[in-house]
Amino acid sequence: MSFPWANEYKPSHPFMKWMDEKLPLPRLVYNSVGSGYPVPRNLNYFWNFGILALVCLTLQIVTGIVMAMHYAANAQVAFDTVEHTMRDVNWGWLMRYAHANGASAFFVVIYIHIFRGFFYGSYKAPREMVWLLGVVIFLLMMATAFMGYVLPWGQMSFWGAKVITGLFSAIPLVGEPIQQWLLGGFAPDNAALNRFFSLHYLLPFVIVGVVILHIWALHIPGSSNPTGVEVKSESDTIPFYPYYIAKDGWAVGAFAFLFCAVLFFFPNALGHPDNYIPANPMSTPAHIVPEWYFWPFYAILRAFTQDFFFIPAKLMGVLAMFGSILVWFFLPWLDKSPVRSGTYRPMFKKFFWFGLIPAMAVLFYCGGAPAEEPFVMLSQIASLYYFAHFLIILPIVSAIEKPLPLPYSITESVLGKDEAAQLAPAQTATA
Amino acid sequence: MAEEVGVRRRDFINIAAVSAAGVAGVGVVIPLVSQMSASADVLAASSTEVDISAIQPGQAIKAVFRKQPVFVRNLTPQEIAEANAVPLDTLRDPQTLAERTKEGKENWLITMGVCTHLGCVPLGAGEGETRGEFGGYFCPCHGSYYDTAARIRKGPAPTNLEVPEYEFTSDSVVKIG
Repeated sequence: MSFPWANEYKPSHPFMKWMDEKLPLPRLVYNSVGSGYPVPRNLNYFWNFGILALVCLTLQIVTGIVMAMHYAANAQVAFDTVEHTMRDVNWGWLMRYAHANGASAFFVVIYIHIFRGFFYGSYKAPREMVWLLGVVIFLLMMATAFMGYVLPWGQMSFWGAKVITGLFSAIPLVGEPIQQWLLGGFAPDNAALNRFFSLHYLLPFVIVGVVILHIWALHIPGSSNPTGVEVKSESDTIPFYPYYIAKDGWAVGAFAFLFCAVLFFFPNALGHPDNYIPANPMSTPAHIVPEWYFWPFYAILRAFTQDFFFIPAKLMGVLAMFGSILVWFFLPWLDKSPVRSGTYRPMFKKFFWFGLIPAMAVLFYCGGAPAEEPFVMLSQIASLYYFAHFLIILPIVSAIEKPLPLPYSITESVLGKDEAAQLAPAQTATA
Repeated sequence: MAEEVGVRRRDFINIAAVSAAGVAGVGVVIPLVSQMSASADVLAASSTEVDISAIQPGQAIKAVFRKQPVFVRNLTPQEIAEANAVPLDTLRDPQTLAERTKEGKENWLITMGVCTHLGCVPLGAGEGETRGEFGGYFCPCHGSYYDTAARIRKGPAPTNLEVPEYEFTSDSVVKIG
């Protein structure tokens, strides 16, 4: 679906006409990322991160397939094959560093993408399904990243696998059998390593599938925009090609520049040195932490140190950690304000900048810190705020807040008044 | 054509076909799920014999059982007294030291070296490792403290360190498993 003024695909070359009858793939491209897809004219740079996420996913799949050509998922040799890739395989170091740092880049991009959604209310009607599919993609990413981190079979790999599968042992009655079923044994070993490799290879393609649904669902109402005001007329939009192709191209270039700076000059800055020690089931590293992108959730897991009513502390921590993401599934219905953009929501904006963001920052910091005071208490306070923000503050704020006046249209917000609009040449030609 | 009453032939075939497909579906899922469970070689009875003759009071060693660490610790009389002095109703997982050791061998505390929280190896068995504020074991991953009977005292772990099945085959050898 698109707006009525969208340019129509008109193939001129006989081959393209023939193709359009048999398999209208060029038509699909034209209507999705070409001149046939009108997009709000006022998108800011936060709207580039969807494309960047797609770039990261591609980077991970390409470098990952290369890594798999040199890797063996056997506990005896896994660590050595990774080192072999690094030292002996032509350009192996580049592929592995690009893959490892690519995972971090993917999470940086996706966190900004999610942040954009939180602030500009991208999760609200009519884009609830886009949001829900996005949360599914995020969960799949977390599972994929976790299993990928296990594959080098270093100390952090092994103990990460043990701790994360240990989460399932918190389930009452069936927890221990489930953990043993997941691992295929009593502790992580060959069986676990092999199935993690198998799933680590599979899940990215599942992500590709859900990404297609995500974009499909997005293209029905079209992108939101920084004002949150829906598109009203042709002057509110410009065609995706050439305008947003060019802007996205610029963003990809800027991203590649920053990524290469990390890749070539600080390739190990985001990793943990202990993962260059081969896995040892007899000794846990003194300071065991997950990769940086899991820190906020890890902090929530560790925040529960006391039994809560009749629920054991361990189960409570696990429930809270999963709940901290599952609550996002309910976000479109917890935040009932009809105004999408945080720009026009004075009260929401205060809680966002001085509540949610600091709480997330504290959780992020505490998740990487040792399990001792004052970090435990700080994580407890921040976890409490985190859940209160979504479950209590957002519903109340959206009920009592008086939003600022919205611009009449996107064009008005950009040009001051609708009459000032002049259609882009590509559009006037067909208008 | 005469109107059929009750169960028609078509209904029967429908129900039979769907039921057969359902049974076949379960038949496919069972092996697919079950193949992930521990395989026969992993399950194959593994027992470990540990020589404890060299462990002095106050010392502990780590042995391996089912690819996981086991702590064998020779408690000092003072550590035994400390464990026995704790009121049971203050414990998260109430057990006495006597219930966690063999009769007449109360100084031999044999537990899995696997934190009951998320499975890290607690510190305290190795030479020079911290034993935490209760003198037993300390898990650095998420801050669980165990006392000198390896009972959970503070932190997120729900239960005491597990006591595996074991027997003393002689005064100096323990068979675990």
